[in-house]
Amino acid sequence: MRRVVVTGLGLVTPLGGNVQQTWDRLIAGKSGAGPITRFDATDYSCRIACEVKPEDFDPNLRVDHKIQRQVDPFIVYGLDAAGQALEDAGLTDMPEEERLRAGTLIGSGIGGLPGIAEEAIVLHERGPRRVSPHFVHGRLINLISGQVSIRYGLMGPNHAVVTACSTGAHAIGDAARLIALDDADVMVAGGAEATICPIGIAGFAQARALSTNFNDEPHRASRPWDKARDGFVMGEGAGIVVLEEYERAKKRGAKILGEVVGYGLSGDAYHVTAPHPEGSGAFRSMQMALKRAGLNPGDIDYVNAHGTSTPMGDELELGAVKRLFGADIGKLSMSSTKSAIGHLLGGAGAVESIFTLLALRDQVVPPTLNLEDPCDGAEGVDLVPWTAKERKVEAVLNNSFGFGGTNATVVFRKV
Amino acid sequence: MSDVAERVKKIVVEHLGVEAEKVTEEASFIDDLGADSLDTVELVMAFEDEFGVEIPDDAAEKILTVKDAIAFIAANGK
Repeated sequence: MRRVVVTGLGLVTPLGGNVQQTWDRLIAGKSGAGPITRFDATDYSCRIACEVKPEDFDPNLRVDHKIQRQVDPFIVYGLDAAGQALEDAGLTDMPEEERLRAGTLIGSGIGGLPGIAEEAIVLHERGPRRVSPHFVHGRLINLISGQVSIRYGLMGPNHAVVTACSTGAHAIGDAARLIALDDADVMVAGGAEATICPIGIAGFAQARALSTNFNDEPHRASRPWDKARDGFVMGEGAGIVVLEEYERAKKRGAKILGEVVGYGLSGDAYHVTAPHPEGSGAFRSMQMALKRAGLNPGDIDYVNAHGTSTPMGDELELGAVKRLFGADIGKLSMSSTKSAIGHLLGGAGAVESIFTLLALRDQVVPPTLNLEDPCDGAEGVDLVPWTAKERKVEAVLNNSFGFGGTNATVVFRKV
Repeated sequence: MSDVAERVKKIVVEHLGVEAEKVTEEASFIDDLGADSLDTVELVMAFEDEFGVEIPDDAAEKILTVKDAIAFIAANGK
């Protein structure tokens, strides 16, 4: 199989409107959490979220005004982040023969939920003739891929992933396979989400997935592995990478951020929302990714955990990592950046993969905020509490798990 | 009349994201202002909202230019 490397990055997150702003603030230990401003959340059990800030993100930089009016915010975030990644890779103006071999594989966990909710009210109150002609294609999950393909003239595979909170990791893994198997030379891959809206917050709150104990101190609410954790904080944004066949990237002198060496996928076959009680799906996903990478657990320097700050999930993932790494657990640093940016759902796996690539680039691993009183089982594991840590980083692993019992792991290595 | 024209042009500028000076009365939504068939459906809905008129589908199909829209609204609007 052909080798696949990452040559461009794009981010829109609650910490910043681009890669460097987000990364600088993440490494500085800043939190993107705050009170919900998108709607009046007074009557909601969860009144906090990690929103993309208007002072950080200007949608007009890369997304046509007309498109902004027609589509849900998750597409705007995705289109902007894809543009950033293509600019970073220097591939915004490829000749036609290259664009025929360049594709898109960008997903979302839920898609255009705010727009679906709003248009349902229009239909109910004003009737079918008032429903927008842009309603359908402005909400569909694969329409980030579609819009990016149209905007940049990419005529290769035009695909999308929908696997809840593991979408972003699956998208990168699947897109890398398309290049490895010679179906494309360049893929724009990742995920986006924007569901901080009344029905989104209400739905996750009713599933008892959101933090409700820190409404007055939002920055303290996302606290992976801490004993006081009580659910995740919803985030929003997008993470997109440009993947490229290695020889092609080398030949054109592209900046190479890392190689996609491992990819694992598994199913819990257990419960729609609860993780398997022994973390077996997570374990097998990581194991498969390491096998594909040809690496031993001891070769991995940094794990960006799924670590959502939910009572069950964090400890099960920690247990699975400890079992897999065995005696090598002491060499590893593992953090959950959801402590700073919240849970970007379908965007999480891609955003967090980008953080692992930046850790490779800068030889520093981002911290886990709010880790005041670590849960049982955390002793002997470097969870990078509070402060970023400079250290050797040669190979990294990113975990993402989703509702439906779906698990994905991506492993990157320095080239 | 001129008030209707100004309001129609404002809606076209807003919905199609085009410069105001391009929106002449002769301008065709599709040929001159970059609209597609979905945009024209949305424009008709916006005219209905703004002027409190109902524009049936068969009439909407004949509204191809800024002038057509102004004329329909002047004849049928409140």
